[in-house]
Amino acid sequence: MSDFIAEALQKLPTETPGWLSEQRRRGRSSWKSSTMPTRKTEDWKYTRLRALEEGAYLGWAERQDPTSPALTALRDQVHISGLDARMLVFVNGFYSPELSSPTAMDGMDIVHFSEADETQVETIRTHLGTAANRDKYMFTALNDSWLDDGVFVHVKQDSKVITPLHIVWLTVPQREAFSLSQRLLVVMEPGSEATVVEHFASDGAQQNSFTNGVTELVLGANARLCHYRLHLEEEHALHIGGVHARLDRDARLNSFHLGLGSILKRLDVVVRHEGNGAHCDLNGIYLPRHSQNIDYHTCIEHARPHCTTKEVFRGVISDNARAVFNGRIHIHPDAQKTVAELSNKNLLTSNKAEIDTKPELEIYADDVKCTHGATVAQLDDYALYYLCSRGIAREHAQVMLSTGFINELINNLQHPTLGEYLKPVLSDMFVQQVTQRERTE
Amino acid sequence: MLSIKNLHATVEGEDILRGINLDIGPGEVHAIMGPNGSGKSTLGHVLTGREGYEVTAGEVTFMGQDLLALAPEERALAGLLLAFQYPVEIPGVSNMEFLKTAVDGMRKYRKLEAMDSVSFMKLAREVCKRVDLDQNFLKRGVNEGFSGGEKKRNELMQMMLLEPHLAILDETDSGLDIDALQVVAAGINSMRDGKRSFVLITHYQRLLNFIEPDHVHVLGGGRIVRSGDKSLALELEDKGYGWLESEAV
Ligand SMILES: Nc1ncnc2c1ncn2[C@@H]1O[C@H](COP(=O)(O)OP(=O)(O)OP(=O)(O)O)[C@@H](O)[C@H]1O
Ligand SMILES: [Mg+2]
Repeated sequence: MSDFIAEALQKLPTETPGWLSEQRRRGRSSWKSSTMPTRKTEDWKYTRLRALEEGAYLGWAERQDPTSPALTALRDQVHISGLDARMLVFVNGFYSPELSSPTAMDGMDIVHFSEADETQVETIRTHLGTAANRDKYMFTALNDSWLDDGVFVHVKQDSKVITPLHIVWLTVPQREAFSLSQRLLVVMEPGSEATVVEHFASDGAQQNSFTNGVTELVLGANARLCHYRLHLEEEHALHIGGVHARLDRDARLNSFHLGLGSILKRLDVVVRHEGNGAHCDLNGIYLPRHSQNIDYHTCIEHARPHCTTKEVFRGVISDNARAVFNGRIHIHPDAQKTVAELSNKNLLTSNKAEIDTKPELEIYADDVKCTHGATVAQLDDYALYYLCSRGIAREHAQVMLSTGFINELINNLQHPTLGEYLKPVLSDMFVQQVTQRERTE
Repeated sequence: MLSIKNLHATVEGEDILRGINLDIGPGEVHAIMGPNGSGKSTLGHVLTGREGYEVTAGEVTFMGQDLLALAPEERALAGLLLAFQYPVEIPGVSNMEFLKTAVDGMRKYRKLEAMDSVSFMKLAREVCKRVDLDQNFLKRGVNEGFSGGEKKRNELMQMMLLEPHLAILDETDSGLDIDALQVVAAGINSMRDGKRSFVLITHYQRLLNFIEPDHVHVLGGGRIVRSGDKSLALELEDKGYGWLESEAV
């Protein structure tokens, strides 16, 4: 049963750098004592790990030739025009200077853990693992146990970094199925501002990777971070990972998530309000189709008073696909004057599509405002008819309604250029889906 | 242009239309009146092919084609447009995107050159002005949060952009103040070119003061119980529908 746990333990990372060995050791022992989730494991009730166990993701990622035509084409495809970002590109986990854009940025240090200098190592050690809890999230323990490198982004005190950092994690298939471990640590010193776009993509070929990507965001007092995590990989790319954030006093996090489905995709988004007056806008969209799965578990911990959360997730679930959305808001006894809103809306475009949505509120303070709501709807026949009655083909009308359902979130992105990039990508996907459905009918 | 013969239709298993006969020639304006629930909107929806509206008998020919054999989008492309009594709100789809998609499709069907975004934008703004709607309505979601009157003007705007051969306007005059009514009437009149035909479904004679109908029909219990010229509308205004129903039975 727990084959994958044992197999993963056999896979040892390189032992460098040495200062990470303590983290690796702890991750390893935590992973070792975990058991594979079953239907009875509350946090994994609706998502099975069979694909991971059966897929034998035993190989390690290997360095790829960055000049291959496939990668050059992919590099163009992930470039977001108008964003004017500094781009860091990784291919199967390896940094690719050839595909990245080298502009230096004032106020922001970006280093690989393996190349960090003494002070940077100190900062990394102070923060790494403080946001992502390995004892609670078993795949964080796995990530710790495989830790041999990572990306450290350090934004200096009171620095306002306008240029977004665009981190692109590309995967291409290898000869044998393989695992890929990624770690990103963003430390925002007090009063700093920055934008970080995490972008996962692959070429169109059938993938054979399992990615375990853990991102930690540590926001100091009054820091502001605009963060995106876009998952646009081909459907055979497995991903289990998440984003774990800590917010100090008056910090503001704006985090947007977009996930296409996969044979297995599970993302945990955890935000801890640890200082008074912190604010978080958390928005997300999931779009599984075919027989894909996607599972977003979000958890907001209100530990201090006067913090606010605004969370909106929307999903369009098509064909035989299945989505899980679990939105937890935990308001601790000290967190008076909390304002938290959670909304989850789902659109099922086929009779066989499935959604399991569950808001979970735990409130231990009495003076709080907390609202939540979840809805599940089908494509509105009358709206379809209205569009058709203007000469718009039914398939096209379906695409318009599906994109319309998520456009409200896309239109409100902090960076409109990102919305412009995403819109055609998503509507192409819906169009493709409709034509495929037509063909099979 | 349009010829309806002995049209019967059911909605949710209930007989709503019970033998409609109606001929509309090119350039004609027909007014359809009748009490609430008499089947006026149902007739419109049956003609545009709404799902669930089942034709159980009869024939409809539109510009030489068997209308009932066509899908709703094909009927629209063939040149039939229904301005809805209750237009649909579609949040997230901008009015501009909606109108452009519809016009693109129509131009393609009519083998006209495609319009680039800039010229379409210009055209859409002009049409906005003609129906006295602020340009902001182009950016908003389709009918999203529009007032009753604004929705009606948006319907009119679609008619102006799509230039149908036959427009059925289902209570496009309801809920309008007198100024708005004049805007709507002027809009409709500006579209009259001697070839385009109109069906005005209305409860009020006042619209017909601005747009003179060639024929007036009264629908009652799913049939046309009386047809006449514009004087019939005045008579109805005067006497109500009661006298007709007792006569028809
Ligand atoms: N979806 C439906 N299900 C059941 N009955 C329906 C449905 N749609 C319409 N009807 C019925 O069909 C009849 C005719 O309705 P219709 O909307 O055509 O009337 P109308 O003449 O347009 O009335 P109004 O003047 O109020 O707009 C009514 O009795 C109505 O209740
Ligand atoms: Mg009606």
